[in-house]
Amino acid sequence: MRESGDDSGVAAVETVELARRFGRRWALRGVSLRVDPGSAVALVGPNGSGKTTLLRLLTTALRPSRGSARVFGCDVLRSPAAVRAQVGMLAHAPGLYEDLTAGENLRFALRMWGMDAAPARITAALAAVNLEHEEQERVRGFSSGMRRRLALARLLLRPPRLLLLDEPYASFDAAGMRQVHRLVRDIAADGGAVLLATHDRERAAEVVDRFVELQAGRVLNGASATAPAAGLGSRSAGWGG
Amino acid sequence: MPGSFVPAVVSRRRYQILGIIALAALVGAELLGLSASPPDRDMGHLQKIMYVHVPAAWSAFLAFFVVFIGSVLYLWKREERYDLLAAAAAEVALVLTALTLALGSIWGRPTWGVWWTWDPRLTTTAILLVMTVGYLALRSFVDEPDRRARWSAAVGILASLNVLVVYKSVQWWRTLHQVQSSPSTVDPAYALGLRLNALAFLLVLVYFILLRYRAARLERLVEAQAEARELAQGEELHV
Amino acid sequence: MGLPREAGRVAAVAWKDLTAERRTKANFNAVVFLAALILFLFGFALGPDAEALRAAAAGALWLTVLFSGVLAFNHSYQVELESGALEALLLYPGDHRSIFLGKLIANLVFVLLVEAIVLPLAAVLYHLPLLRPFPGLAGVLLLGTVGFVTLGTFYAAIASRVRAREVLLPLLLFPMLVPVLLAAVEATGALLAGDPMKESGGWIRLLLIFDVIFFVASFFAFEYVIEE
Repeated sequence: MRESGDDSGVAAVETVELARRFGRRWALRGVSLRVDPGSAVALVGPNGSGKTTLLRLLTTALRPSRGSARVFGCDVLRSPAAVRAQVGMLAHAPGLYEDLTAGENLRFALRMWGMDAAPARITAALAAVNLEHEEQERVRGFSSGMRRRLALARLLLRPPRLLLLDEPYASFDAAGMRQVHRLVRDIAADGGAVLLATHDRERAAEVVDRFVELQAGRVLNGASATAPAAGLGSRSAGWGG
Repeated sequence: MPGSFVPAVVSRRRYQILGIIALAALVGAELLGLSASPPDRDMGHLQKIMYVHVPAAWSAFLAFFVVFIGSVLYLWKREERYDLLAAAAAEVALVLTALTLALGSIWGRPTWGVWWTWDPRLTTTAILLVMTVGYLALRSFVDEPDRRARWSAAVGILASLNVLVVYKSVQWWRTLHQVQSSPSTVDPAYALGLRLNALAFLLVLVYFILLRYRAARLERLVEAQAEARELAQGEELHV
Repeated sequence: MGLPREAGRVAAVAWKDLTAERRTKANFNAVVFLAALILFLFGFALGPDAEALRAAAAGALWLTVLFSGVLAFNHSYQVELESGALEALLLYPGDHRSIFLGKLIANLVFVLLVEAIVLPLAAVLYHLPLLRPFPGLAGVLLLGTVGFVTLGTFYAAIASRVRAREVLLPLLLFPMLVPVLLAAVEATGALLAGDPMKESGGWIRLLLIFDVIFFVASFFAFEYVIEE
């Protein structure tokens, strides 16, 4: 049993006939997918095609109805804690506490990870997403763009080994988007992996290695689709500029 | 997977036979109890409510014990049939606790002069009734089968635990009720009737639980077939 | 995975819930006001006779705590559901039961603070002697509240994520509270009456046993309930 996750030959994500139903509706109908370490993959497809469900299954937030999924060798059903330790997600809902300040939200995250919650660290993370002046402000008054940036700051505090992004382009401005792309490249360069669910193929093409197309809970373009992304050659396009 | 639980469901014919036996046993035991025992010294013929009240109470608690067993087995094995068994037993427990309370009141009014008394068994039965209603209400409010099974198993286990705790605590609180009726404490003239009725109720209990369990399994079978059909289709049907 | 780490997470969850509560205060104020209102209503229902009020005070006091405190539990999880926070919360590494303990502590502090305001008010309204039985009374309040909050935190984890949560929580929770309520009311009543029969000790021991039983059961069942 490879449960360690340290094996170099192991896939970052490996799903076998992964399926999930809600009540009687199948949101995912059997997806077999392999993502190698060091790569970024875009999940594309219309609304309701199962993108978010697939991501949530990989965070262990949902249990598979059928099939299996492994993250760096750890099975989502048998060792969910080990999976959670390696996964980070930028979800559609930012998952913040409305009545805590921006700084307190980050402080809470650091304490939950068992990391040092030094104020300097929090200030630095907020500065990275241009929220340094809002550290003492309650999230309740934030715009949706600010919330997303705060969620990104939380991710920057502890970059995960497998990053899951759900519609990252929905409410980020150009600067926020560049930051997301930089994080994607950093994680891939460190031997991690990224799954990015989006409608926006053009923007995703700047950063991903390949596209996987979902429709009605299935993969359209083959299980291990290797269709290269159009923008693979222009990898540096998003840097700095 | 859908096919695997068809044989596990007992055939309709065997159900019908069990049902007929249970019904016959119940009628026979009642007739014997009513005709063969003399009127009670204090209570007269009223006392004969015991033949339904006491076995109903025993069966109700037994049914809830099946809820407990089904819940524990579900959380341990994560197999749906244990969840369905617990649900079937809870439905039967609801009917039997309601019957027990109604009969207890009918018995209590002429005997003690009150419809209700705060004695440990009566109170525990009432709490059991409310908890069974809560358990079934929870089931009806949660649509997702896996979640419904986990949540109701947890609730079922805590409720079973509570039955024991409530009983003990009310016993501490009030200790004025007559000694519990069991074949060894009642007059030998009534013991046979009580024993036979208990047996008949046990058969009815098993029959009811199996009947509801079978219905639930068949429902799930139909659902699983619909799911499999839908899964095989490429398009969304229920968006 | 170590114990100090889990203790850190427990503290973080409790701190987070209490900070949010302190920030808004609206919820706490509403619960306290409702509790005061219920005390008043019991007073009206029981009549102005001082003896009758004193005799029924223990029961009225605990029912007031139950009816007002139950509002806090659903709220504790609604905060998590507001913007997908529960999903983020469950994604943190470690044992999910730390979340249960953290929420339990936060709810305990919340309900104890409500009681700190309600108890003197009840003493005034129902003509109760508070100072003489105080150490014992504080112990009974603490033990009774621990049992109440343990079960409340557990059942709210279910009820808050279900349609009709307002009805379902009391329906599931109140029958479970019968033993705790019984022991707490009896102990409180005995202490308020000066404990002439020396029976409060027995009820307090019983209360402690109930707390342990229900805590252990909810603690281990929580994992099955919190996962999506």
